[in-house]
Amino acid sequence: MTAGTAPRRRAGQGRTPWLIAPLAAVAVAYVALPFAALLQRAPWTDLDDLVGQPVVTDALRLSITTALAATAVSLVIGVPLAWVLARGHLPGRSATRALITLPMVLPPVVGGAALLFAFGRRGLLGGPVYESTGLLLPYSVWGVVAANTFVAMPFLVLTVESGLRAADQRYEDAAATLGASRWTILRRVTLPHAGPSIVAGAVLCWARALGEFGATVTFAGNLQGRTQTMPLAVFLALESDRDAAIALSLVLMAVSLAVLLPLRDRWLTG
Amino acid sequence: MLLADIHLDLGHLHLEIGLRVDDGEVVALLGPNGAGKTTALRAVAGLHPIDDGRIELDGAVLDDPAADTFVPTSKRPIGVVFQDYLLFPRLSALDNVAFGLRARGRTRAQARAEAQRWLVRLGLDELAGARPRTLSGGQAQRVALARALATEPRLLLLDEPLAALDAGTRLRVRTELRRHLATFHGARLLVTHDPVDALVLADRLVILEEGRMTQTGTPAEVTARPGSRYVAQLVGVNLLHGRATGERTVRLDSGAELTVADPLPGPEVAVAIRPQAIALHAHQPDGSPRNTWTATVDDLEADRDRVRVTLGHRVPVTAEITPAALAELDLAAGAPVWASVKAVDLTVYER
Repeated sequence: MTAGTAPRRRAGQGRTPWLIAPLAAVAVAYVALPFAALLQRAPWTDLDDLVGQPVVTDALRLSITTALAATAVSLVIGVPLAWVLARGHLPGRSATRALITLPMVLPPVVGGAALLFAFGRRGLLGGPVYESTGLLLPYSVWGVVAANTFVAMPFLVLTVESGLRAADQRYEDAAATLGASRWTILRRVTLPHAGPSIVAGAVLCWARALGEFGATVTFAGNLQGRTQTMPLAVFLALESDRDAAIALSLVLMAVSLAVLLPLRDRWLTG
Repeated sequence: MLLADIHLDLGHLHLEIGLRVDDGEVVALLGPNGAGKTTALRAVAGLHPIDDGRIELDGAVLDDPAADTFVPTSKRPIGVVFQDYLLFPRLSALDNVAFGLRARGRTRAQARAEAQRWLVRLGLDELAGARPRTLSGGQAQRVALARALATEPRLLLLDEPLAALDAGTRLRVRTELRRHLATFHGARLLVTHDPVDALVLADRLVILEEGRMTQTGTPAEVTARPGSRYVAQLVGVNLLHGRATGERTVRLDSGAELTVADPLPGPEVAVAIRPQAIALHAHQPDGSPRNTWTATVDDLEADRDRVRVTLGHRVPVTAEITPAALAELDLAAGAPVWASVKAVDLTVYER
């Protein structure tokens, strides 16, 4: 009898507390149900034709490329910013962090409007640039990239910053004693150690950019083939052609899952 | 040769150290945790600039705040074996050793070939492709040593090189380390809180307590004549302070008097007594020992085949006796006992 109780108690310690499992199930159901409804309403028979429409293929190509471009821009300027936030000794770091987090909190429409006032034809920076070069950011593909970057970069910056903070800086000391320059240390020690957080940050950034709506529509408009990304196309289609809207949504879901699923276990979890 | 005059204000600790390590010499900086040992080592490596003083290696000034001279870590000819070794986890053992050579401008092929020779020299050639996390503590330490030596530094610093090892492998690795250290011809500075590591590995000890050097000397000198209670405790020797009251009589701070064999060296003296030299008796002993006193037993502690008896009252010392002697004496905490020590067993030196 005593021999039987010991393993049972051991198994019991590993069990989930009783309220946790049902609540977690509610959370899963809450997220899964809308997607199930979407699948249930999907016009499966006409799906091929719907997805083949130029409005869908244009929007899909634009969404994927602009999200990638926004991620690339965010990596180039966001990783250095993360380094400064994590390691720099500059005054006003907290204020900078709050500022960079602002686009995550504000409605994207506000961001889009702010972008217009900065980079629009009569904007703070956009005005002089337009007058001297004729270049205009809004209502162009680059406007979409700009709007995406504005909204999505904070996800990358905050993720990489926490990754850099968690890294053991003594490895950098060790590299310095071996004669490595600051640049070598950054390239061969710091960045490899922060690698998982950079990948995770880039994926989050890309996913956020892919779904961006408010800032894009405000700053870049809704021109098919130029600035009409998937979310914009879905919104427009909902008014006119519900089946097309569902088809667009399914494509967006498939693309997102195809990226998130393989990365999830490897990079996004501890 | 390293000459380091280090003044550093750490807020909670003020570090003041004057160190000299000659080529071919192994100096151990020994002290309790928080004494400032690792900070001193980091200052020498350039990882912690000093506030005041001067650090000089082979005549070249590395750090001199008054002259506004500071050579950055990467430009100092100093190899460091860190506590926990800090091998780069994503690089193989070979690439860890090659890292410093690469950083100093060798091509990848040159660096690897040279690193391979270092691995062979330290008996690690079979582990060249191994990742650090698959190495045992002793192996990791040797890779760290190879990595530090590969850049051919003029000075080798070791921060608690044995602290990461379990007790079972420590003895063997310590012996190995001693052998490998002997093949390096520059100056070597070792930081440890373990007296055994210091005694086995070092030619000279520097005792650091609360940021200050309290004693320096060869292991034999330090163990025979501990300069502070910390050192006495570390090497397991009783240390008593007193004043000369006759040519061969010392009055302890507690008021008890001890008679020593030779004339006293000065008015203020320290007396070191090995615990094994103190005999315990159930009744007043007769015969030769001139130093006899009654004591109370404060504590009893078994240590393998010996029993350490802490005595209170008048002469606060610890005696070491056999379990058989303990049984014969029928000792218990609080019990009275007679203690004696021969005059020739007292080491007396000036404070």
